[in-house]
Amino acid sequence: MTLTELANPTRFLALTARLLPWLAGLTALVLAIGLTQSALAPDDYQQGATVKIMFIHVPNAWLSMFVWTVMSIASLGTLVWRHPLADVAAKAAAPLGAAFTFLALVTGSLWGRPMWGTYWEWDARLTSVLILFLMYLGLIALWRAVEDPSRAARAAAVLTLVGALNLPIIKFSVDWWNTLHQPASVLRLGGPTLDRAFLIPLLVMAVGFTLLFFTLHLAAMRNEILRRRVRSLQMMQARAFASDVGPGTHGAPTQVGAV
Amino acid sequence: MSLGPYASFILISYLSAGAVVLALIGWILIDYRNQTRRLHEMEQSGVLRRSGRSATDNA
Repeated sequence: MTLTELANPTRFLALTARLLPWLAGLTALVLAIGLTQSALAPDDYQQGATVKIMFIHVPNAWLSMFVWTVMSIASLGTLVWRHPLADVAAKAAAPLGAAFTFLALVTGSLWGRPMWGTYWEWDARLTSVLILFLMYLGLIALWRAVEDPSRAARAAAVLTLVGALNLPIIKFSVDWWNTLHQPASVLRLGGPTLDRAFLIPLLVMAVGFTLLFFTLHLAAMRNEILRRRVRSLQMMQARAFASDVGPGTHGAPTQVGAV
Repeated sequence: MSLGPYASFILISYLSAGAVVLALIGWILIDYRNQTRRLHEMEQSGVLRRSGRSATDNA
């Protein structure tokens, strides 16, 4: 199946209806393995059992940036290729990205209090992630504020691409500035500095959360397609009603066009 | 399994993640039910797609 064929919403619905149960099952399995490995992981010699927060914090922190990257690619699809599902993909991803970023902030605070002695510090990493969270909320508000979906799509796509400038700032903030947050210990030149006892559960949890995102994203995209069908049918119904009650018309068709 | 002196921080982290993930799943399921119900209601009231196919085909 080509990308052009997949651009057809009806075909997308058919494909995802078959795919989603398998994806949901795989997500549950990988997350169950990851959670078991996290529970069985040894204590860190400095952090003790608090290191277990890492297995939930880091996947959410990665996803907070990954989801914005997905939305940026979808925004290019909206502005450049006018792909019918690009805006649907971006709009469906925003609440998920906001939720993962919220979790990264909350679990980071809960990890920071025992390790740093504070829940929050206005350093570059924490502040840039907070800005990312506020940008997610801003995008969601924009989609809700503009009634015409195509106008909202273009405005949101531009805002998403501008907001993507924040991603390298988040990633390299710990290198560019003196921050309380530690530098990268997994995705770095020279390889991870984590011991395998921590690295493997962390990677399994990261894969599990990424699968969770894809599962929820596909389901949310299906909902968005159905929402647009509802809107389209409502507009057709209103148009038919207006022509029915308008001067010089005789009856409205019950069968109207739709998406 | 002992979680040490900061057990509450660890448990709240995992519980908050679980609660947010469950909320996302619940929101998506409820949204799906609402959209398909609205489409069924519109079709039953006589509003049909130009293609004649049900708007909830493959949904």
